[in-house]
Amino acid sequence: MNIEELEQIAESVRLENAKYDYEVNVCMDLACASQGAGPLRDELVKAAEKSGKKVLVRRTGCMGPCSSGPLVRVDPEETLYHHVHANHAEAIVASLGDGPVPALQCDLNEHFDKQVRVVLENAGYIDPEKIDDYIACDGYKALLTALTEMSPNTVIQQITDSGLRGRGGGGYPTGLKWGTVAKAGGDLKYVICNGDEGDPGAFMDRSVMEGDPHRVIEGMAIAAYAVGASKGYIYVRAEYPVAVARLTAGLRDARRRGLLGNGICGTTFNFDIEIRLGAGAFVCGEETALIASIEGKRGTPKPRPPYPAVSGLWGKPTLINNVETYANIAPIIRKGGKWFANMGSERSKGTKVFALTGKITNTGLVEVPMGIKLREIIEVIGGGVPGGHTFKAVQTGGPSGGCIPAEMFDTPVDYETLAQLGSIMGSGGMIVMDDTSCMVNVARFFIEFCMTESCGKCIPCRAGTAQMFTLLTRICNGGGTLDDLELLEDLCATVKEASLCGLGQTAPNPVLSTLKYFRNEYIEHIVHKRCPAGVCNIEAAVPEVQAEVLA
Amino acid sequence: MPAFTPPPLPSDDKRWKIVNGTMRKNGFARHALIETLHTVQSSFGYLDDDSIRFVARSLRVPLSQAYGVVTFYHYFSLKPPGKHTVTICAGTACYIKGADKLVAAAEKRLGIPQGQTTKDGKISLMTARCVGACSRAPVVLRDGEVMGEVNSEQVLEQLERWAVE
Amino acid sequence: MSEPVGVKTLQINGEEVSARSGQTILEVAREHDIDIPTLCHLEGLSDVGACRLCLVEIKGSNKLLPACVTTVFEGMEVSTHTERLQKHRHMILELLFAERNHVCSVCVANGHCELQSLAQDQGLTHISLPYRNPELTVDASLERFTVDHNRCILCTRCVRVCAEIEGAHVWDVMGRGINSTVITDLNDPWGSSSCTRCGKCVQVCPTGALFDKSKVGSDHPKYPDFLPYLNLMREAR
Repeated sequence: MNIEELEQIAESVRLENAKYDYEVNVCMDLACASQGAGPLRDELVKAAEKSGKKVLVRRTGCMGPCSSGPLVRVDPEETLYHHVHANHAEAIVASLGDGPVPALQCDLNEHFDKQVRVVLENAGYIDPEKIDDYIACDGYKALLTALTEMSPNTVIQQITDSGLRGRGGGGYPTGLKWGTVAKAGGDLKYVICNGDEGDPGAFMDRSVMEGDPHRVIEGMAIAAYAVGASKGYIYVRAEYPVAVARLTAGLRDARRRGLLGNGICGTTFNFDIEIRLGAGAFVCGEETALIASIEGKRGTPKPRPPYPAVSGLWGKPTLINNVETYANIAPIIRKGGKWFANMGSERSKGTKVFALTGKITNTGLVEVPMGIKLREIIEVIGGGVPGGHTFKAVQTGGPSGGCIPAEMFDTPVDYETLAQLGSIMGSGGMIVMDDTSCMVNVARFFIEFCMTESCGKCIPCRAGTAQMFTLLTRICNGGGTLDDLELLEDLCATVKEASLCGLGQTAPNPVLSTLKYFRNEYIEHIVHKRCPAGVCNIEAAVPEVQAEVLA
Repeated sequence: MPAFTPPPLPSDDKRWKIVNGTMRKNGFARHALIETLHTVQSSFGYLDDDSIRFVARSLRVPLSQAYGVVTFYHYFSLKPPGKHTVTICAGTACYIKGADKLVAAAEKRLGIPQGQTTKDGKISLMTARCVGACSRAPVVLRDGEVMGEVNSEQVLEQLERWAVE
Repeated sequence: MSEPVGVKTLQINGEEVSARSGQTILEVAREHDIDIPTLCHLEGLSDVGACRLCLVEIKGSNKLLPACVTTVFEGMEVSTHTERLQKHRHMILELLFAERNHVCSVCVANGHCELQSLAQDQGLTHISLPYRNPELTVDASLERFTVDHNRCILCTRCVRVCAEIEGAHVWDVMGRGINSTVITDLNDPWGSSSCTRCGKCVQVCPTGALFDKSKVGSDHPKYPDFLPYLNLMREAR
């Protein structure tokens, strides 16, 4: 395989597509599939055959606004239809060449206008199971360019210039990480893709793995070339069977095309990837825990240093990035680090994919430039809160993040400002809450999550989260005291500062941020025994008698 | 050191050959433990002491370590699943949209807490940490099939249908 | 990136001390009679950095680092007993006391318990956290020894000594988080497990979780000092 051959494949796909007058793209991502996109596609194929028109019906990955699903886009007109069902298939096919079907047309221009698509550039345009579709969209061009025209150092320089930072949550500069692994000694190194999207309320990585699997594979291969690794692992949640199937098929096709394996592209570069299944442990998103899990062990984190970049999988230098980070690599290599650095804010470059969910009109996936105001995401892209309710807060960063109150909605979204507000960027879950959400209850929900997901190795996280859960439950039930609040804050301090890994160190964030912005709700529960949002069932609770026993 | 002989297959059941295949593919390396346990669970539906013992011995993993791994990961189940499984997603978006009420309704109807199977072995009631279909919250998996924007009535109807099967 | 072997000079609590490169802060501190509290650490076993009692502050870093696994570097400035650290140590001990059923007056290890001694050293007189009072089992199925999970603090010394020194790996941890417990084999009764009956786990257990049936009350000292000696003899072999 070389660049010319890649061009030939792309050309043949284009020629093949040119045989059709119309392309009908059906979103087959989980949300649309759960609303009947499967039968819809079958009906579209049947209707197309019957009509005698030259129509290509294509299955694609997530188009974005899941709440409007099932979604269909007709090209070349780029007409987007929403809430399409199997019985609409004939009408859609019949309308081709005659103007759109007005009843199904959806007006989401504002929703899309504010977005910039880098990671999701192919989503909705290619069939995720066809490697040639990906190649036709400049796929694997970046890998071959890197292998034939760039030294590993030049690749790393481009990534450094781009200003890309880890999209898994921490925001560590990707170029710096790659440079460390590249400099580490030893001839055996690994690259790992963290696809263990355990963060509840986030599904960007699932969507990328399912909708554009080759983008992840290509990003990993470029990374492997840059750092000198010969073996890669993709660690995927077992809860994502479609992602596993798509990646498995993707790896097979990439091998067949000579884009993985030995002597890739006629060079001396050897690289292959294996899939490892996660088994339901949020803590395995932590680098050292993930490594332990790939080694077949309990996913318990280890103290860092040594960092995986120096001593990782089986003690070898290991590069770990998350799915979205790898998905940014190919465009950066294709278009240059400077191009990427032109997007975003001062210290957070490029774009970020968010999973917009909760009490909001347009739920789904959005990709926006870093530095965009929270208000624009929620009010313009998200279309506001439905049902006449008012916004209260938005939760970012999942169990490691915090709740940002409505007053702060003019904050630009980047790593630093979110951290200043007591939240984190996280992997990109954005859950909108309105006046019917109780913030104490939300804090309790997240602490319960962290308690059950704590690995149990270090004391502050294991016993601290359990104690916080007890106290928060007591407060929610109306049995809390103001002393409990103080104790809760002391616990937060110790769990945050003394825990071994990121899970424990960030577990108090949902509590601390709600205490900071919604302290009055805690006070209402404790002093007035009422839940302002009407969520907590205070009457039903039995007052607890707490015995003080001396040790 | 004498050469290591892996233990014999626990029975004639053909599924053990699939399990053995996973181990062979990984050269009977210790790190294949989780991969192999996945194969056991997908073949048999759950993991029991005999299967864990067989895998542990074959991969030369200490028994306690294997058991530690099995009980660490919530995806692995030590009990056989019911004929049908209803899984209620308890992710954040689903929680905000009332998944806890769905769990409560199902628990009340089945008379079992989440994570258990009815005595007749018909229905397992599970919760999931997040199935990644947050935009359609609250989400329920009906024998693995995603249903979005579900209310308690729909859950109860489904349970009713299974109960009379 | 191996550092050259040599002498490093650092400060611990303002005192200038020298160390060999590759040494941990804890090793250097103990050589200089600076007491850093530890619980999961035991000389002769690998370190896991889990109990977080040995956390220290290092100038220039906002993060607290475990002294047992953090190696020294030239010019390092370590503080071992700041107010912030003492507060966390206090809370960690409270968390342990409230986690299971640690009632010293009726414990076989009373007077010989590392948790108890630490609480005394730290001046911990009462627990403000709600007691969890879990109902845990006592397994006395083995002829000589008993495991009482109510006293276990999950330091994993038993797991490590069994795997690393005895080479049997009969102990491990099952479950996760607050529901973790130490187990033998497939959570089998200790008496019917593949235990070699060597008793090393009992000697290294810092509390009354593992104890010798023939000993009662205050007559229960433990002798974990054999480990460095055993390691030395094995290296010489």
